[in-house]
Amino acid sequence: MVLQEDIEIINRKASKKSPTGRFRGLLPYLLVSPYIIFVSVFVVFPVLFCFYLTFHKWNIISPMKFIGFANYSRLFHDHLFWLAIGNTLKFLLLHIPLQLVVSLFLAYLLNHKLKGIAFFRASFFMPVIVSGVVVTILWQQLLGFDFGLINRMLQPFGIKKIGWLVDPDIAIYSIAVMATWKNVGLYVILFLVGLQTVPPQYYEAAKMEGATQWQQFWHITLPMINTTIFMVVILSTIGGFSLFIEPYIMTGGGPLNTTLSAVLYIYKQAFQYYNMGYSATLGFFYAFMIMTVVIVQKKLIEKEV
Amino acid sequence: MKKKVSIKTILMYVLLSLAALTFIYPFLWMIGASLAPLHEVGTMTLFPSHPTLSNFAMMFDKIPIGRSLINSLLVAVFTTSLVMITGSTVGYALAKMQFKGRQFIFYVIVFTMSLPFQVTLIPNYITMVNLKLVDTFIVLVIPFAVSAFAVLMFRQAFQGLPQALIDAARIDGCNELEIIFRILWPNIKPTLVTVAILSFIGSWNEVLWPLIVVRNEQLMTMPQLVTLFAVGGRADSQLGVKVAAAVLLALPVMIAFMFFQKHFIQSMASTGLKD
Repeated sequence: MVLQEDIEIINRKASKKSPTGRFRGLLPYLLVSPYIIFVSVFVVFPVLFCFYLTFHKWNIISPMKFIGFANYSRLFHDHLFWLAIGNTLKFLLLHIPLQLVVSLFLAYLLNHKLKGIAFFRASFFMPVIVSGVVVTILWQQLLGFDFGLINRMLQPFGIKKIGWLVDPDIAIYSIAVMATWKNVGLYVILFLVGLQTVPPQYYEAAKMEGATQWQQFWHITLPMINTTIFMVVILSTIGGFSLFIEPYIMTGGGPLNTTLSAVLYIYKQAFQYYNMGYSATLGFFYAFMIMTVVIVQKKLIEKEV
Repeated sequence: MKKKVSIKTILMYVLLSLAALTFIYPFLWMIGASLAPLHEVGTMTLFPSHPTLSNFAMMFDKIPIGRSLINSLLVAVFTTSLVMITGSTVGYALAKMQFKGRQFIFYVIVFTMSLPFQVTLIPNYITMVNLKLVDTFIVLVIPFAVSAFAVLMFRQAFQGLPQALIDAARIDGCNELEIIFRILWPNIKPTLVTVAILSFIGSWNEVLWPLIVVRNEQLMTMPQLVTLFAVGGRADSQLGVKVAAAVLLALPVMIAFMFFQKHFIQSMASTGLKD
């Protein structure tokens, strides 16, 4: 108690040093002001303005025109937009499970005390830190039809050339594999952190009971790291929904619009066709959709845990 | 029993090596191909028979890649510095000061972190058009100058420091800014490194925003220029040049990674711990 009072006296003395007493009260606000300005300019205003735009037709150059709900009804009848949503979902359908399984498997391998483990950990992580542009250019070469390295590697096994990026049935899944290759290292690390929190006594006890490795994994490891699993699912859902640069560089949305992702379509509407109002509507709707999906996922998870 | 363990170890190494090869081989191939003469670029070899820098020379000839390298560095350095400064002051106020609306601001930060960028993208572009900032250097930095994630990281770090440290500094006559940057910063080095690495990498690799707000080739960042180069006509059929551009884009990050890989991995692991 005495200490508390002392500090208060000292604070009062200190505050006398600053120009005025009023300044002290303002100080916290001064310190948070960068964030307040930032949020007003780059978050609050844009969200409101985006909503406003959804009721207008605008190509940036000529004046805005109020068109009521026309953008929304257009959205619901725009088969290309729904195709893009479908493509994104197809992408997620492969990307999320693949990411989950591969990253968990690699983390499981890394979670052994072996010599040189740091090297392996670093190598898995390399694609994570490198720009998506690099990864995309790289994989364009790997997946090429005539000269792609993967097709050439398959050749000796008598496998015919596969149109990884030109076959409409395959292209989006090729991109999903590539995106997994790029991001998996991050999730490996998250799983590794998770695996290391499992107390070793649990495994020892299970071994005494005669449990096999597989049983240990299934009954001890998995339940112990379920929060990490859910985190990985949510993070890769959010990441997957913003798929853009990969199809933009590799396929431009083709073949036959099968790799047109939702974000790529929103981008094209705004910056190729200059339909600002319509693109804003798509963006608004899409963001709403993502938030709904993530909230539903979170609710399901909370129920499970 | 002992023999069984060693077989398991061998199996582990085989699996780990296969996995590592999958992640590293493409990069090695990329570096090899960038040094190969044109007719050899498309092959699988890692070591070209006659290494040459002609791909790089051609690239420097065709696009202002050197300029874009400097642009990218400047943008990343400025963005990172601003993120660290704003993150510290805001994080400090939230962690160590009592004021009206503190909790509210905290909730706003958490909310903005989960807001998908698709909503704000077009309005932000329009704001930049109206402020006449399109095709300037500022436009590449300002929208990233404050990071909600950095604020939360600094808030958490400052919360872990004892109040006595701040009180002592105040008695010594430090003002709040001196307290933050001279007294507290040296005590939260891991957070500083994490925030710096993450915002530098984020800024270095950002490509969507530059694509939208910069049209002037002299102002373009490297990922943007390489993207346009790879998508647009100027690189077609010249695989070597394209690969050389990718190498130049990847190399700075890869070298930095080799030196600080432990920090990198720890930093990235902490991104998953948010929320």
